[in-house]
Amino acid sequence: MNGETSALRLRGLTKRFDRLAVDALDLTVHSGEFYALVGPNGAGKTTTLRMVAGLLKPDAGAVEIFGIDALKDPVAAKQMMAWVSDEPMIYDKLTPLEYLEFVAGLWGIAPKTAQATAHVLLVSLGLEPHMNERCEGFSKGMRQKVALAGALVHDPRLIIVDEPLTGLDALSARHVKGLLGERVRAGCTVIMTTHILEVAERMADRIGVIAAGRLVAEGTLDELRRQNGHADTSLEELFIALVDAKAAA
Amino acid sequence: MSSAVTLTWFARHELRLAWREWLAMMTGGRRRRTRAAIIGLIVFAAVMHLPAWAVVGRFARLQAPLDKPSLIVLSATIFLAWALMLSQAIESVTRVFYARADLDLIMSSPVTLPNVFSIRIVSIAISVTGMALLLSTPFVDVLAFKGGARWFAAFGVVAAIGLSAAAFAIAITIILFRLIGPARTRLIAQILAAVIGAGFVIALQIAAILSYGTLSRFAVLTSDAAAGIAPGANSLVWWPAHAVLGDGEALMLLLASSLVLLGLIMAAFSPRFADTAVTAAAHAASSRQAKGARNFRGGSRQAALRHKEFRLLRRDPWLMSQTLMQLLYLVPPAIFLWRSFSDSSTAVVLITPVIVMAAGQLAGGLAWLTISGEDAADLVATAPLSPLRVIRAKIEVVLIAITAVFAPLVAVLAIVAPLQAAITAAGILLGAVSSTAIQLWFRVQAKRSAFRRRQTSSRLATFAEAFSSIGWAATAALALAVPEAAIVSGATTCAIVAATWKLSPKRD
Repeated sequence: MNGETSALRLRGLTKRFDRLAVDALDLTVHSGEFYALVGPNGAGKTTTLRMVAGLLKPDAGAVEIFGIDALKDPVAAKQMMAWVSDEPMIYDKLTPLEYLEFVAGLWGIAPKTAQATAHVLLVSLGLEPHMNERCEGFSKGMRQKVALAGALVHDPRLIIVDEPLTGLDALSARHVKGLLGERVRAGCTVIMTTHILEVAERMADRIGVIAAGRLVAEGTLDELRRQNGHADTSLEELFIALVDAKAAA
Repeated sequence: MSSAVTLTWFARHELRLAWREWLAMMTGGRRRRTRAAIIGLIVFAAVMHLPAWAVVGRFARLQAPLDKPSLIVLSATIFLAWALMLSQAIESVTRVFYARADLDLIMSSPVTLPNVFSIRIVSIAISVTGMALLLSTPFVDVLAFKGGARWFAAFGVVAAIGLSAAAFAIAITIILFRLIGPARTRLIAQILAAVIGAGFVIALQIAAILSYGTLSRFAVLTSDAAAGIAPGANSLVWWPAHAVLGDGEALMLLLASSLVLLGLIMAAFSPRFADTAVTAAAHAASSRQAKGARNFRGGSRQAALRHKEFRLLRRDPWLMSQTLMQLLYLVPPAIFLWRSFSDSSTAVVLITPVIVMAAGQLAGGLAWLTISGEDAADLVATAPLSPLRVIRAKIEVVLIAITAVFAPLVAVLAIVAPLQAAITAAGILLGAVSSTAIQLWFRVQAKRSAFRRRQTSSRLATFAEAFSSIGWAATAALALAVPEAAIVSGATTCAIVAATWKLSPKRD
C-alpha cells in the first residue's frame, strides 16, 4: 500500500436482476493498492465492477472514487479511472494508433502527450509492428492488449480490469502483468477480477473473496490464512474452503 | 458414410442453415416470434395480392404473339427480376466466403471438397430461387386468376432465372477474387449487390430523360428506336417472354439451359471454391495497413467522437454500398435538373420528393451506425463525458454527413427554383431529423457488422422510418403543388413520428 486515502469505497452496493447479484456490498480499496477480487462464476464480481465503472446503475448503495461520489458526479469520477472488459471492445476498422488517439481525445489528453504515451505503450505491449494495421485481423490477445493500452493512455489513477489474462498467451500475459505491476509501483490503483488464483496470489496486495454478492473474506494472503486457520495453504485451497463455507451457510 | 449419403446429409445441413438464416432475418433472432413471423408472412402475401392486382392485373389478357414494344417491356421486366436475383445471389455468395464460421470445419473434414462446395452452390441457387418464387406468387396468382392457368408457367421462368442468376453470381465473385483479390472483392461485390437491380431501372430513367425529357422508363422501352434495334420475333432473346406467356417449349428450353449453366459453373468453379475460401479466410486473418504515423489531433471530446465516427463511416463497406445506391437514385433527378436548365419545364418539381426520401433513408442508416452500432460501447460509456454529449456528437455526425451529400444538389436547385430549393432543404432536414430521432428512440447496442440486419431489431422503427421518409417526401411535393394539402400531409407525418416516440421503449 502506497497511500492512506481510499481509491474506492463501496457502501451497501446492491444490484438485483432476476436474482440478487450484489448484496449490500461494502468494500474499500486503498490508493496505490493492487486489489484482486476473486470468486466463483456468478458471484457478482463483474456486476460490482460494472457499477463502479458507471456501466450499470446500482439499485442501492454508494460508490466513491477518490472521495468523489460517482453516482452524483460520474464525469469527474470517470476522468480518473479506466475500465478494461474481459471481452475487448475495440473498433475493427481503426488501427491501434487511431484507437489510442480516439481514447486520448475522449479523456481530453493533450495530443502531444497522448502520442508519446501511446508510442511507449504500444512498444511495451509488443504492438509496435502492428500499430498502423487495422484491428480487424487481430487475435484475441492482441485485441486485449490494444484495449489495455487504451485504458492506460490517459494515465488513470484507478484501473479496473475484468479478467485481463483470458485468452492471452504466456508472453502476452507476462506483458500485461508487467504493465499493471509497473502502474501500481508508480502509484496507480488496480482492481482486478481473475479466475487465475495464482496471479492474484502473486500480484495482489490484498485479495477480496466474493460469493453470492457478498464479500466473504478480505486481506493479504497471510491474513486470509490466519483468519481461516489454514496456515501454509495455497489461495486455491483457501478459496475453495471459503466458498464452500458460504454455500453451506 | 458413403459419399452419396454424406452429400445428402450436407445438402440437408445447408438447407437447414439457409432456412434458419431466413427465419432469423424475419424474427430478429427471437425464436418465440417464429409463429408470429409465419402468420405475418401469410398476411403480407395475402395483402400483396392487392398491389399485384393493380400492377399486373391489366396485363392478364396478353396473348402470344405480342407486338415488339410489348415483348420489349415484358423482357425488360424479366431482366429486372433477374438483375435483382443476381444482386441477392452475389450477396449470398459473399456471405458464404466471408461470414460463415464453418469453413474451417468443412475444410478440415475428410470429405471431397469440390462435391461439398457443389452442394453449397446448389443451396445458394435454391435459396435465391425460393425467395423469388415466394415474392412472385401474388403476381402470378393475379395473372392466373384473370388470364388463365397458362400464367403458372411464370413460376418456371422465375425458377430458371433464379438458377442462372446464382450461376452468374458465383462466377462473378470467384472471377473478382482472382482479378482484384479478396479485400476489394468484398467491397466491390457488396456494392454490386446493392446497385445491380437499381442500376437497370436508373439507366432506363436516365435514357428516358436524355431522349424524351421524362422520368418514365417505359418511354424508352416502347419507343420506335427500341423496336428498331430489337432482334426479330424468333430470337432467343424473347424466350423468357414467350415462356411467361405459356409457351411450353420455350419454358423447357429455358429451364434446361439454366440447369446446364449451373452445372457448368459447378464443374468449373467448385474446385476453386475451396481455394477462394482459403484466400478469404487468410485475408480475414491478415490486416489492412493504414497510412503511416501522423500527429494526433487536438480538439474537444465531442470532436474526438465525431472524428472517430467519420473515420468509421468512411471505412464501412455496407454503408458505402448503401450510400452509393442512394446516390445512384439521385442521378436521374440530378440529370433531370440539369436538363431543366434549358427549358421552363414544371416537371422539375418531381425531383423534390426523390431527394427528400433519399435523405430520410440515408439518415436512418447513418443514425443506426453511429448511435446503435457502437463497437466499443463500454469505452464510450466509461469516458468522462455525459451520455447527452455523446448522443449530441453522434447526431451531429449524421446531420453533417447528410448536409455534405445533399447541399450541392440543393445549391444547384436554388439557381433554377429558389422556392423549391428552400422547400427541398426543409424536407431534407425534417426527413433526416425524423429518421435520426426514430433510430435514437429505438437504439439497441449492436455490432456495426449487424448493419445489414438492422431492421430486424425493431420492425416498428423500420416501418416508422420508412413512413416518415415517405411522409416528408409527399409533404415537400405537395408544398410545391397544393400547399393546403401539404399541411394535412405534414401533420400526418408529425403524428406518425409522435406515435413512434410514444411506442418507443422507455428509458431512464
